Amino acid sequence: MTDTQPGRQREAVSNPTRDPMRDGLAAGWKHIDASRLQADTMLEADVVIIGSGAGGGIAAELLSDAGLKVILVEEGPLMTTSDFRMRESEAYPQLYQESAARKTVDKAITILQGRCVGGSTTVNWTSSFRTPPTTLAYWQEALGLRQLSVESMAPWFAAMEDRLGVRPWPVEPNANNGLLAQGAEKVGVPTHVIPRNVRGCWNLGYCGMGCPIGAKQSMLVTSIPAALARGAVLISRLRADRLIFSPQQRIVGLKGLAMQADGVRPSRINVRIRARHFVLAGGAVGSPALLLRSKAPDPHGLLGQRTFLHPTLVSAGVFSQRVDGYAGAPQTIYSDHYLEQFAVDGPLGFKLETPPLHPVLYSTTLQGFGAQHADKMRDFPHAQVLIALVRDGFHPQSLGGRVRLRSDGSPALDYPLNEVFWEAARRALLAMAEIQFAAGAKRVTPVHEGTLGYSSWAEAKRGIADLPLKPLACRIVSAHVMGGCAMGATPERGVVDPRGRHFQIENLTVCDGSLFPTSIGANPQLSIYGLAARNISLLAAELQNRPALAIP
Amino acid sequence: MTAPVIDRRTFLKTGFAGTLLLACVGHVAAASDDEEASMLTAISAALLVGMLSGQPAARTEALSSTVAGVRQAVAGLPPHLQSEIADLFSLLRFSLTRRFLAGVSAPWAEAREEDVAAFLESWRHSRFSLLQTAYGALHDLVLGAWYARPEHWAAIGYPGTPEVF
Ligand SMILES: Cc1cc2nc3c(=O)[nH]c(=O)nc-3n(C[C@H](O)[C@H](O)[C@H](O)COP(=O)(O)OP(=O)(O)OC[C@H]3O[C@@H](n4cnc5c(N)ncnc54)[C@H](O)[C@@H]3O)c2cc1C
Ligand code: SF4
Repeated sequence: MTDTQPGRQREAVSNPTRDPMRDGLAAGWKHIDASRLQADTMLEADVVIIGSGAGGGIAAELLSDAGLKVILVEEGPLMTTSDFRMRESEAYPQLYQESAARKTVDKAITILQGRCVGGSTTVNWTSSFRTPPTTLAYWQEALGLRQLSVESMAPWFAAMEDRLGVRPWPVEPNANNGLLAQGAEKVGVPTHVIPRNVRGCWNLGYCGMGCPIGAKQSMLVTSIPAALARGAVLISRLRADRLIFSPQQRIVGLKGLAMQADGVRPSRINVRIRARHFVLAGGAVGSPALLLRSKAPDPHGLLGQRTFLHPTLVSAGVFSQRVDGYAGAPQTIYSDHYLEQFAVDGPLGFKLETPPLHPVLYSTTLQGFGAQHADKMRDFPHAQVLIALVRDGFHPQSLGGRVRLRSDGSPALDYPLNEVFWEAARRALLAMAEIQFAAGAKRVTPVHEGTLGYSSWAEAKRGIADLPLKPLACRIVSAHVMGGCAMGATPERGVVDPRGRHFQIENLTVCDGSLFPTSIGANPQLSIYGLAARNISLLAAELQNRPALAIP
Repeated sequence: MTAPVIDRRTFLKTGFAGTLLLACVGHVAAASDDEEASMLTAISAALLVGMLSGQPAARTEALSSTVAGVRQAVAGLPPHLQSEIADLFSLLRFSLTRRFLAGVSAPWAEAREEDVAAFLESWRHSRFSLLQTAYGALHDLVLGAWYARPEHWAAIGYPGTPEVF
């Protein structure tokens, strides 16, 4: 069966440069680490891009390619391939928002997001799905975003798949994923192989701590180096604090606060950047927060509203054989069976996948403490974990959350979990337990403070039916933050138009996951890459006074 | 000091910060860093039952590296979380609130493991979300600090990270 020896089975492609950023910087690419600035600084560019993740990375590459002078601003540090040592103790504080401890206001949902050059793409798990046709159809029909059809988006997705090496994972799945396939097959649920954005992947399994060999085609090793090679300037450890408006509501500049080297607090150094156009790509928490701090116009009260998370349930199975869930590509098998059971705006559906297992992530996610927790941890190599990502934002009562500001100006996310969600959560916990028992689990434990787990499917079925599903008792996590600066067909229905242009601010384009008017219903990175490629191509033509592209 | 006039329920509803109680605690607590170390040690010991060595020297050593790990993790959090955690630690190390909220009567250095476990268990299942979230913070900080350390990986059969180069 699956060979789980780390590094044994590898993709038969090699990547030419392991650490293009380090090599390029040595050759003179421009990078300013704002934490080292000694004095206030003024800069100027054609375009300032705020945030260097999925949306910001693609924007930087395309705009520099078009010959525009680009400055890419990132709050997090610049860490490159050679810095990645597969240690949770280093990766979470260095590469994640709030040391991977970001939570919703009621603390019921833990949110994973990147905060480093490359944003969440530096730490993501490489699953690469096009926006599902169901989602695009809903946007077209229910939301009036006619332009965004499967056909019109296909070339943009294809171009990005090509750029980032996306293809179905050709190697056998690790045992954690293999058991999802086996269990699902036994209960008659179809599964498929996940396309991944990797070149020359060694099947190590540490994508979440930054790929140590540069195989993952994150923004850090693809678009950002390409932009810097074209003369773009990267400024790391600079927090975009406020956009400065002219009386005509044009943005005239960005005020940035240099962070101290530990990334916790700003130093006293300010950086001001002037530009013709601003691209906002701080992610679905960071982007609405910057606009709120800047008191940007928001005549219809839509800013920061309808933030979606794919709130995710977790189920841990224990097998008699070793699973070694930390070894091998983390996500390679999925099932959309439970997304397709009901209408898209009916009872909430969920996508089934697996997470990688690492000691800190696993131990802090598992419920309980003391001897019971220790016993579960001793099963670590035998643990197999499934996650169910609930598709939010389509059902009339699935309204998502809301980004607002704390008194210190930092973003807070409210996300009430209501009955519509909990009903889906119970179905998800049941579905996962059934599949895990069918795959041969000895024991299955939904991650919930109210249970120690079950030793048979019959017992699980009864137990889960009675579990009180409530915030804080039932563990909910998310690595997919979406929405808050949603696209709309008209200014009454969105913060930006379907090309990402802000309805009230003429020289602002939003280009990240905050654009989405619902959740995606699939891991979002490729949706962001595709939409960014489309929108930034349009913008580049406009900024250079070239004829507009003839696309819908 | 006199007992602040605030009932448990109002207190739990208003949150850690901004309460009269905290204002009193803040004063006293600033002085006693040792008490914070004892508190974190006692809580870590209860959370880590089943993983801690029975051998006293090894146990003391492992607990002190865990407490150091917790402090290091807190120092890396954004200011709004650091201040929430600071409020929580202040309340726990101050004897009045330790009894009142956690129900632990002995000072932390002398508290019995069962009593500490009982307090954690009651917060874990508390009907006050504030206490549930406080339990969650202690859970994540302590277990995270423990399992971040390579010397604790053998006990869970984790072979460690692969050799890449
Ligand atoms: C652990 C993990 C695993 C994931 N796995 C997958 C997967 O397998 N497949 C998939 O499709 N998706 C995955 N995702 C999600 C995916 O990576 C994100 O949806 C995507 O990267 C979001 O792109 P973005 O441009 O919206 O924001 P991000 O990529 O998050 O980038 C935003 C950047 O902006 C910076 N920023 C924010 N505010 C400011 C400011 N004020 N000033 C300066 N900089 C700022 C942030 O520090 C960050 O670096 C995963 C995410 C995580 C965290
Ligand atoms: S599994 Fe992830 S971390 Fe490992 S080599 Fe492949 S892309 Fe890199």
